[in-house]
Amino acid sequence: MSRRKSAVRAGRPTNIPVTILMILGTLTVFFPLYMTVIIAFKQPSEMTNDVAGALTPPSTWSFENFAEAMRITDFWHTLGNSLLITGCTVLLAILIHSLAGYAIGRNMQKRGYKFLYFYIVSGMFVPFAILMLPLVKQTAMLGLANRLGVIILYVVFYLPINLMLYVGYLKSIPLSLEEAASIDGASTWMTYWRVIFPLMKPMHATVAVLTALGTWNDVMMPLVMLSGTGQNTLPIAQLNFQTQFGTNYNLAFASYLLALIPIIIFYIICQKQIIKGVVNGAVK
Amino acid sequence: MDSRSKTFLCIIIPIVLLFFIFNTLALIQGFGYSLTNFRGYGSFDFVGLRNYIDLFTDPRVGRSYLFTFGFAVACTILVNIISMLLAMGLTSRIKGKSALRAIYFLPNILGALVIGYVFNFFYTYILPAIGEAIHSGFLSHSLLANPKTAWFALVICVAWQSIAMNTLIYISGLQNVPEDVYEAGAIDGATGFKRFRNITFPLIMPYFTINMVLSMKNYLMVFDQVVSLTGGGPAQSTESISYLIYNNGLKGGAFGFQSANAVVFFLLIVVVSVVQMKILSRREEQL
Repeated sequence: MSRRKSAVRAGRPTNIPVTILMILGTLTVFFPLYMTVIIAFKQPSEMTNDVAGALTPPSTWSFENFAEAMRITDFWHTLGNSLLITGCTVLLAILIHSLAGYAIGRNMQKRGYKFLYFYIVSGMFVPFAILMLPLVKQTAMLGLANRLGVIILYVVFYLPINLMLYVGYLKSIPLSLEEAASIDGASTWMTYWRVIFPLMKPMHATVAVLTALGTWNDVMMPLVMLSGTGQNTLPIAQLNFQTQFGTNYNLAFASYLLALIPIIIFYIICQKQIIKGVVNGAVK
Repeated sequence: MDSRSKTFLCIIIPIVLLFFIFNTLALIQGFGYSLTNFRGYGSFDFVGLRNYIDLFTDPRVGRSYLFTFGFAVACTILVNIISMLLAMGLTSRIKGKSALRAIYFLPNILGALVIGYVFNFFYTYILPAIGEAIHSGFLSHSLLANPKTAWFALVICVAWQSIAMNTLIYISGLQNVPEDVYEAGAIDGATGFKRFRNITFPLIMPYFTINMVLSMKNYLMVFDQVVSLTGGGPAQSTESISYLIYNNGLKGGAFGFQSANAVVFFLLIVVVSVVQMKILSRREEQL
């Protein structure tokens, strides 16, 4: 379908005015980022009180601000925490949520499983704000007010949406594939890991992207769960930094830029998969 | 019971248990706390529906609901209009399509908290400087310092990030509209805005539904940008419901009272989402 459409379109001339308009529009995307980079490299003495003071390039490009910001926010440790939490959450989400999707998706004709499906999926409507207060108490009691607790809560919190995605995708995988394997003597458990799990690879990618973006940028969960543990994620480090050193804007912007760089690199590398994953997640 | 059914049960029981403990149980506990005067620590008493009655007379809570809903509606409208235009631009016959799409999507993956800080600086220093340069009395004061304009500054910042997402969804909708429908429409004289209203829009209605539901829900829960942009101020004029629950409930010691607020908030989100889906799905048209 799309091939036929592009063949039809190829015969027509490019729409030049719209192209120009679209290119000009990207300035709105780049401007805040440009501002961040410029200010991050400047010294406080270069910041005059007019537009030029903030927006002209610095006289010398020095990495001093970055070194200082890294020291204050304990950058590598914080980055490590963010990577650990996001990485573990994504891995567990793919393993556990796909299993849940399999168990429920293959039994939707049974009333009990169907109920479980709607029970879990309706969890999507529960805002974190309502769970926040009780969860703080609960996790403190269980000794889970730490990184492990955050990971567990993320796995629970992303279960509804991921379950829906996996169950939806499973419908496109014919049951006959499993039956063939079971005739060969493989157990349901083995069949799942050998046959079904690899077949769900496109959905794993979608789940990975959605879960990773959500957890990486999340503020609320680590804010309420990790405060006072000395373990920060990148967004929380920015929040603390702001309350302590909010007046030195050059230092602050160097710190912001440092916090943005990992995800921008990730986006440049896997841009196609990310966009595809996000669209799949929303439309399906 | 055969071994296949047993395997399924062994898989699903621990998962459901985990979900129950950290989601449903917490929800029930939240409801429980909402019936007490718990401050987050120490002893507390059962107060019945007292908190719920107080909610409706508390001016701070009322203002917060008014702000959050107004913000969500304004943001939903603004974002969806721009996204629709952008999506149509990005699916028309332009050069560098995929590069442009990638650029326009970039804001969506960036952390909302940090972006809020960047916009905060922009509103506090750059925009007033521009305002002075062009001798505009309105712009030469920070938008964030005025209770009348702070909400709008917040809308722009949130929209900057979320337009990307809605655009992407509209693009995938527009790509599903077959070219021959337009050609047939053109013969009947459907061009320009008429074409959009009578052909394009009805056909991408399902995508419009997705966007409406997603937008509204996300904006009602706005939190990160409030923290980094306004801190709920000035004069509590931009205190979103999530921010109020966090700030007053967890930090301010009104744990029980804000639990009641959270319960009401939860019910409202459910009602809004269900009503939206009902209304919009009725209008959907099939190809």
